[in-house]
Amino acid sequence: MALSGMRGLSVFISDIRNCPNKEQERLRVDKELGNVRTRFKNEKGLTPYEKKKYVWKMLYIYMLGYDVDFGHMEAVSLISAPKYPEKQVGYIVTSCLLNENHDFLRLAINTVRNDIIGRNETFQCLALTMVGNIGGREFAESLAPDVQKLLLSSSCRPLVRKKAALCLLRLYRKNPDVVNVDGWSDRMAQLLDERDLGVLTSSMSLLVALVSNNHDTYWSCLPKCVKILERLARNQDVPQEYTYYGIPSPWLQVKTMRALQYFPTIEDPNTRRSLFEVLQRILMGTDVVKNVNKNNASHAVLFEALALVMHLDAEKEMMSQCVALLGKFIAVREPNIRYLGLENMTRMLMVTDVQDIIKRHQAQIITSLKDPDISIRRRALDLLYGMCDVSNAKDIVEELLQYLSTADFAMREELSLKAAILAEKFAPDLSWYVDVILQLIDKAGDFVSDDIWFRVVQFVTNNEDLQPYAAAKARDYLDKPALHETMVKVSAYLLGEYSHLLARRPGCSPKEIFSILHEKLPTVSTSTIPILLSTYAKVLMHTQPPDPELQNQIWAIFNKYESCIDVEIQQRAVEYFALSRKGAALMDILAEMPKFPERQSALIKKAEDTEVDTAEQSAIKWRAQQQTSNALVVTDQCPANGTPPVGQQLGLVKVPSMSSNVDHNSEDQGSAHLNGTLSTVDPQPPSPDLLGDLLGPLAIEGPPVASVHSEQNIIPGLEGVSNTVDAAAIVPVEEQNNSVQPIGNIAERFHALCFKDSGVLYEDPYIQIGIKAEWRAHHGRLVLFLGNKNTSPLVSVQVVILPPSHLKIELSLVPETIPPRAQVQCPLEFVNLRPSRDVAVLDFSYKFGTNAVNVKLRLPAVLNKFLQPIPVSAEEFFPQWRSLSGPPLKLQEVVRGVRPLSLLEMANLFNSFRLMVCPGLDPNPNNLVASTTFYSESTRAMLCLVRIETDPADRTQLRMTVASGDPALTFELKEFIKEQLISIPTASRAPAPAQTPVQPTSPPTALTDPGAMLAGLL
Amino acid sequence: MIHFVLLISRQGKVRLTKWYSPYSQKERTKVIRELSGLILTRGPKLCNFVEWRGYKVVYKRYASLYFCMCVDQDDNELEILEIIHHYVEILDRYFGSVCELDLIFNFHKVFSLNLLENMEVSLYNIYKDKDIP
Repeated sequence: MALSGMRGLSVFISDIRNCPNKEQERLRVDKELGNVRTRFKNEKGLTPYEKKKYVWKMLYIYMLGYDVDFGHMEAVSLISAPKYPEKQVGYIVTSCLLNENHDFLRLAINTVRNDIIGRNETFQCLALTMVGNIGGREFAESLAPDVQKLLLSSSCRPLVRKKAALCLLRLYRKNPDVVNVDGWSDRMAQLLDERDLGVLTSSMSLLVALVSNNHDTYWSCLPKCVKILERLARNQDVPQEYTYYGIPSPWLQVKTMRALQYFPTIEDPNTRRSLFEVLQRILMGTDVVKNVNKNNASHAVLFEALALVMHLDAEKEMMSQCVALLGKFIAVREPNIRYLGLENMTRMLMVTDVQDIIKRHQAQIITSLKDPDISIRRRALDLLYGMCDVSNAKDIVEELLQYLSTADFAMREELSLKAAILAEKFAPDLSWYVDVILQLIDKAGDFVSDDIWFRVVQFVTNNEDLQPYAAAKARDYLDKPALHETMVKVSAYLLGEYSHLLARRPGCSPKEIFSILHEKLPTVSTSTIPILLSTYAKVLMHTQPPDPELQNQIWAIFNKYESCIDVEIQQRAVEYFALSRKGAALMDILAEMPKFPERQSALIKKAEDTEVDTAEQSAIKWRAQQQTSNALVVTDQCPANGTPPVGQQLGLVKVPSMSSNVDHNSEDQGSAHLNGTLSTVDPQPPSPDLLGDLLGPLAIEGPPVASVHSEQNIIPGLEGVSNTVDAAAIVPVEEQNNSVQPIGNIAERFHALCFKDSGVLYEDPYIQIGIKAEWRAHHGRLVLFLGNKNTSPLVSVQVVILPPSHLKIELSLVPETIPPRAQVQCPLEFVNLRPSRDVAVLDFSYKFGTNAVNVKLRLPAVLNKFLQPIPVSAEEFFPQWRSLSGPPLKLQEVVRGVRPLSLLEMANLFNSFRLMVCPGLDPNPNNLVASTTFYSESTRAMLCLVRIETDPADRTQLRMTVASGDPALTFELKEFIKEQLISIPTASRAPAPAQTPVQPTSPPTALTDPGAMLAGLL
Repeated sequence: MIHFVLLISRQGKVRLTKWYSPYSQKERTKVIRELSGLILTRGPKLCNFVEWRGYKVVYKRYASLYFCMCVDQDDNELEILEIIHHYVEILDRYFGSVCELDLIFNFHKVFSLNLLENMEVSLYNIYKDKDIP
């Protein structure tokens, strides 16, 4: 052992250990640093041994957490030492002391490179290890080619190549350019043929990083990964040293399955079958054993297999096997397995169709919410959050509330935020929602952000039925002895607005309301006082006939705060005082707040921003996509950064005192609905009947107010309504029927969906239509997800399918009403009868309030969905190509005006619509040959062959030849490909009204020259 | 990927660290303090994973020493747990029934083993190789 006798180092370490306190330790360290520094100064006297010793000491000090700002030079210089012991220390210490951002590394680059390209394997290893630990851009740029060479070299020992692979991985992470994509896919595939499991494991790590960035390029690696898995699963050719507790290299198994998860799908049926065999074996064959390590290793593999099965969206049977396994796991005693069971179940939620099975485990999951381990509780919370929907929201939210009282502080904020979001999203009725939020404020007021109570106010304001209930609830809470300040705010606000609705109940007279609220005033902070003042003003206004005693009390309070140091409070006190002497006008000014425009919940937005857990984040995103609007913010109100209800109230009363509303607009631009009310507040004394409208008992209901608006709207030039767009949300205007604007470009969405199987088809402020489709041969199943984004139901929902003649489409029943914030699924079954490019149209209509919306949407059940890519070998291709000798089975056309695409891009395009490009069949590198199978009832499975001859000099033209055993198919496919090549899919079509491509009636201008057609191939 | 490896004693003393992502000395101290607070207080029958700042820390206690590895959220936790165990097995074989003192006084040997450098690969083959001094 070269290093054993380093006495000075041992002495130093025991000195440090003997230090009684941190102070002493620091003194000892400082002394040693001084010592090392002086020794380094006159370097000439240092023996290599001493140099090594001091560098180790530096590293030790550094590891203890002290800054070491010298000696880097000495460490780096050891790297260039000729002998192993010094060199090794130099490499190790450098890789610990320096990171990729240090300038000193530049000094070492040359030496490191010499070691890498040198002949000494040990030096190569040291150099590769250090580079692999530090990484960094500069190393990447100057060393990557040499490292690549080592990895691919067949003369290197596995040890070196292994390290080279890891080193390259590290360099790639920092700088993806180091791997030249074109050449690498083949080399990577070659590396996977490696027999040595060490090299293979390292290469697999590299592959995982590569495919995570770009799976297209590496598709040739896919079957090889499956082969490797098969080799490991069968335990073939696995040396003893790679067997860990009887399991053939669990690490390689995990990595390989990880790599497979980056490929979107597995097309080749054989590969898919073999993979599923392996997965099935893992799922069924993993038993719980006594040995902890064996258990962990086998379950590491099992959980990775579960993830892969989920990713591949396997057959239903296998999926339910997975859910069953997870159900077992979340009930076991072993905490690691339980944790992972919960975590993976949350991931599983993203797969459709299994939610119901997961719901069966709800009770068990709730038990985990009370687990002593916070890691497990967190997972349980996430899972409950993810699995919550309309059907179980009540149970789950109530569990969360119950748990809130006992939960530890680290979790309370998250817990209350989640409970609030779930309550909002899935409330079966709104009074329940109000209950939940008030309980939430009561139990965990400190963790309830302003957003949460703002949202309650919005809901209550917008729903008349809810107002008396909410006011009564708020009143009940005020009887509690200790009240959180947030509760004071929300009750004050609600009672100010709606306490008059409770007037006949015991304890709810204006006087009583005032006195119980006023009791709280001494306990609250300055942010709450303004709200209380507004409430007093409102209570005063609602007291009919006026009660002089109450009036005097309240005036006294206003008087008191007129000299308050807080500007907001002072201003309110002054203004309310002045206003309350105006008698009748007060009623008008302090009239009830108008409805808020529909908008995205600030909470959900916040949740999206703050969540960090990836699985969880995607679950939220997924749900948000399905159910809430994220693009729609009707008005740019700002509940997040202030106290808007307060500000708006203020605005309301400010106007008349200035007898002009001009500058009001400039001050309160953010508060949209203000304008609505403003328009009724005329600078001139309002006409009595208008007032009557507002003051009568009906004034609190939407329609009369609205009718005032529409009356006013027709008066031109009225300042208050200048902002009609904002007002639109509360003004029912019939002529706005078509004003519902879709979000996003409908045509673009359609085109995107032509190439993938799930996504959003249509979205507007009220509804989102998502689809998820599966295509098997000539059958297809497409599920429409109709998601209501509002807090009120969508009615008169109608879905009519206008099928083209070649498709048989069955639509299941669609409910007429979509409840608030709910999502309805409508499955559609497709049968493709014969080839055609016609498109099915979905005629969709619904009503929201007085808006009737009707849209016609093209359904992405297009020709290429019935294609199945199939690789063809030269032996199969040529006889087939020759036998289809000319029109109408084989058609050729010169296409001009093609979008210029490189061959690679074109190949990608073809692959994207399921034509499989067969490289190597055509000797001319400028040509492209592709094959696919088309399925329809009339043609059955039919092989289609395509050949594209491009002109490298002019990329805008090409010659295309399409052949199949069916004339209609040949023609349709040719036209289809042509459309894809010429049109730029995104900008091509007008939006809503579906323009089904008109079937050309004239026969194709086929170019038939069989000789030329085959010339290139033969 | 593994971001760092920490060996902490039950009293919160740092025995060995290895950082694969760039952290300043100040950040390191903070990380160590935070994680000691999180991990050392956990009871014996809890799971081996702790969620921390968007990462996961997989840890295992051997006698008075905690071995902790910080990995990404979506890494395979059990795989990491067995890497830790494997690492400990190799240290055990190298030192012959390893104890905390071995690691303290021979920290340079632990580094020289170069095992930590290749955490991501199966460790057996490295042990066989001759880069052990």
